[in-house]
Amino acid sequence: MDLFEYQGKQYFARYGIAVSPGGVADTVDEALAVAERVGYPVVVKAQVKVGGRGKAGGVKLAANADEVRTHAGTILGLDIKGHVVRRLWIERASDIAREYYASFTLDRPNKVHLGMLSAQGGVEIETVAQEDPDAIAMLSIDPVRGLDLATARRWVAEAGLDEEARAQAAELLVKLYECYTKGDCDLAEINPLILTTAGTVHALDAKVTLDENASYRHPEWDEFRATETEDPRERRAKEKGLNYIGLDGDVGIIANGAGLAMSTLDVVNQVGGSAANFLDIGGGANADVMAAALELINSDPKVKVIFVNVFGGITRVDEVATGVLEALGRVTITSPIVLRLDGTNAVEGRAILAPHLSDTLITEPTMLDAARRAVAIANA
Amino acid sequence: MSIFVDENTTVIVQGLTGGQGRFHGLRNRDYGTRVVAGVTPGKGGSDVEGIPVYNTVREAVDATGATASFVVVPPPFAAGAIMEAAEGGITFIVCITEGIPAQDEAVTYNRLVEEFPGVRLLGPNCPGIISPGKCNIGITSGDIALAGGPVGIVSRSGTLTYQALYELSVQGVGQTTCVGIGGDPVPGTNFIDCLSAFEADPETKAVMMIGEIGGSEEERAAEWITHHMTKPVVAYIAGVTAPPGRKMGHAGAIISGSKGTAQAKMAALSAAGVRVCQNPTEAGQAMVDIVASL
Repeated sequence: MDLFEYQGKQYFARYGIAVSPGGVADTVDEALAVAERVGYPVVVKAQVKVGGRGKAGGVKLAANADEVRTHAGTILGLDIKGHVVRRLWIERASDIAREYYASFTLDRPNKVHLGMLSAQGGVEIETVAQEDPDAIAMLSIDPVRGLDLATARRWVAEAGLDEEARAQAAELLVKLYECYTKGDCDLAEINPLILTTAGTVHALDAKVTLDENASYRHPEWDEFRATETEDPRERRAKEKGLNYIGLDGDVGIIANGAGLAMSTLDVVNQVGGSAANFLDIGGGANADVMAAALELINSDPKVKVIFVNVFGGITRVDEVATGVLEALGRVTITSPIVLRLDGTNAVEGRAILAPHLSDTLITEPTMLDAARRAVAIANA
Repeated sequence: MSIFVDENTTVIVQGLTGGQGRFHGLRNRDYGTRVVAGVTPGKGGSDVEGIPVYNTVREAVDATGATASFVVVPPPFAAGAIMEAAEGGITFIVCITEGIPAQDEAVTYNRLVEEFPGVRLLGPNCPGIISPGKCNIGITSGDIALAGGPVGIVSRSGTLTYQALYELSVQGVGQTTCVGIGGDPVPGTNFIDCLSAFEADPETKAVMMIGEIGGSEEERAAEWITHHMTKPVVAYIAGVTAPPGRKMGHAGAIISGSKGTAQAKMAALSAAGVRVCQNPTEAGQAMVDIVASL
C-alpha cells in the first residue's frame, strides 16, 4: 500500500523523524486555517500518489492568506497524470541550504536491506544513479544486526553530507531504518532530506510503501486504508476478498493461481486481445468464490467476454464446474463465458458442463484455444 | 535420482493438527512420503490418523530422527516455526505459508544462513517439492506427476508448476524432482540452487524453469546457466503484459520502475542459450521434443 506524502510524514513522526509542521486540508478554508496555525510562508502541496507534482503545478509557495486561497483553489481538482487532487498538505516553508536523498528498501538479489544515501537530493534518484552513480552511497544492512549509530555516522561521511548535517542525519537515518523495519515498509524514502539555513535536518517529503502482509500487526494502518482512492472495481473486489487488479481491455479473466492468472493475460494478449483485469481466485474455487468472481467481472461495463482458466491440482475441476453452474444459477451474467478446465478430474468437470453448453457457455480444450475463442468473441 | 529429498526422507509436519496441515500432511503420507510426526504446541501426546503429535520440533526429532519439516502455520507464527525447525535439528524446511511479512522473511533467511548454514529452506509461499514416486512435501497433487525422470522442474508459481507437470506427464515424460521455490521477495531456495542440483544429478537430463516478473533471480540464473549448465533448459516467464508497480498476486511479482520485467528476463535467458517459450503449453511441447531427441 502506497501512502500519500502527508500519511508518510505522519508515519515518520511516529518514529521520531523530524518533518515540517503542517496539516491536511480538503477545502480552501481548511487550507487557510492550517496556514494560519503553522505560520507563513507555507507550501501548498497536492496529495497524489504520483511523481512530478511540482512540474505539474501541484506544489506552490504562499506568502500570505490571499496566496493560500489562490493556490489551494487552483490545485484542488487539478488533474496530475490522471490523478485528481482531492486533498492538500499545507506546511511551513523551509529555508533550504542543502538537499539530500535517503531511502531503505529490500535488496532482493542479496536478501539483505539496502540503504541509499546521496548528497544530491531533490531530483529523481534514478537520474542520479544513471548520471553519477558514485554520488550514491549504498549500504548493505544485515537484517539480523540492523543499523547502529556508529555505522550511520560513517555512512553520512562517506556520502559526503555537509559536516554540520552529519550528526543529525545519522540519528535520523537510524530512526528511518526503525520505521522501515518495525514499521513494515517495503520502501521508506525521503527526497529531499534537507539541511536548513538554521542548521537543522528534516524530511521535506515522504514516500512510503507498506507491506500489506504485515497489516495484521499494524491496526494503525486502518486510517491509511480508509483514504485509498482506488479503482471502484478493485474496491468491490477487496470487499469480496478477491485478488483483483483492474486493467483496460475487454476480456474478463478468472484464473486459479497468481502465475496462471498472469499467464492468462499474456496468452490473451498474444492472440490479439486485451485483458480487462487480473483475477486470481486461489486454490479453493468453490461456488461462492466463482459466483463472486463472475459477478464482479460482469459489473465491469468494458467486459465483452469472460475467460475462466482453471487448472485443477488440489482443486478438482468437477468441483469448479459445479461451482460455475451454481454461480450461474445465482447471478445473471450478460457476457459469454469461455472456460478452459484442465488437470485433476477435468474429464468429469467437462461432462458436468456438457448439457449446459450454449453460445454463451463455451468450453475449449487448451488455454490457447480458449484465449483465441474469447478474443474472437470480444472482437466480433 | 532426485534433488533435496528422496524415498528415505522422514518428515514432520508443523501444524499437523490444523485444517490445512491435516489435509496436506495426510495427502503427503498417502502419496508414500514418510510422514513420521506432527508438531503442535500443547497437543503433544495426541495423534492425527496414527501420526504422533509432539509439543516441540526437538521432541519430534528426538523421537523419530526426522530430517525434514513441512511448515503449515499461519503467517504470524511462520518465522518462529522455521527457526524452531532449524534449532530442533531439521535440515530441510518446506514452508507453504502465504502472507509472511517481508521483514520477517529477511530476518529469518539471514538467521538461517548465519546460524544454521547446513539448513535449506524452501519457500515460503511455495507449493513444495515432489520427487514422483518417492516423496511429496507440500500441496502439489501427486496424481499429475510421473515418476522416472528425466526432467527437473523449478518454478516460482504454483499453478504453472502443476500445469508444467501435467503437460509433461500426459505425454509420458516423467520428472526427477519438481521444486516450487515460491513467489515471495525473499525465497529460501532460488533458481540457481535448483539448477546446480539438477546439473549435478545424473538422472536429470533437462530442466524446465518457470519464472515470473519481479526481482532479478531469472537474470542471475541466466548468468549461472551461461557458465555452468550443460543440460538443456526450457523456460517460460509469466507476466509479459503485467502493469508496472502492481503486485500480481504474489508478493514478489512486481515490476519496480523498469526493473523485473518479463521481457528483460526472457532476453537474458535466451542469451544464455535457454529455449524461451511464449506460453506454458509451448514450453511443455518444447520439453517433450527435447526429451525425444536425447
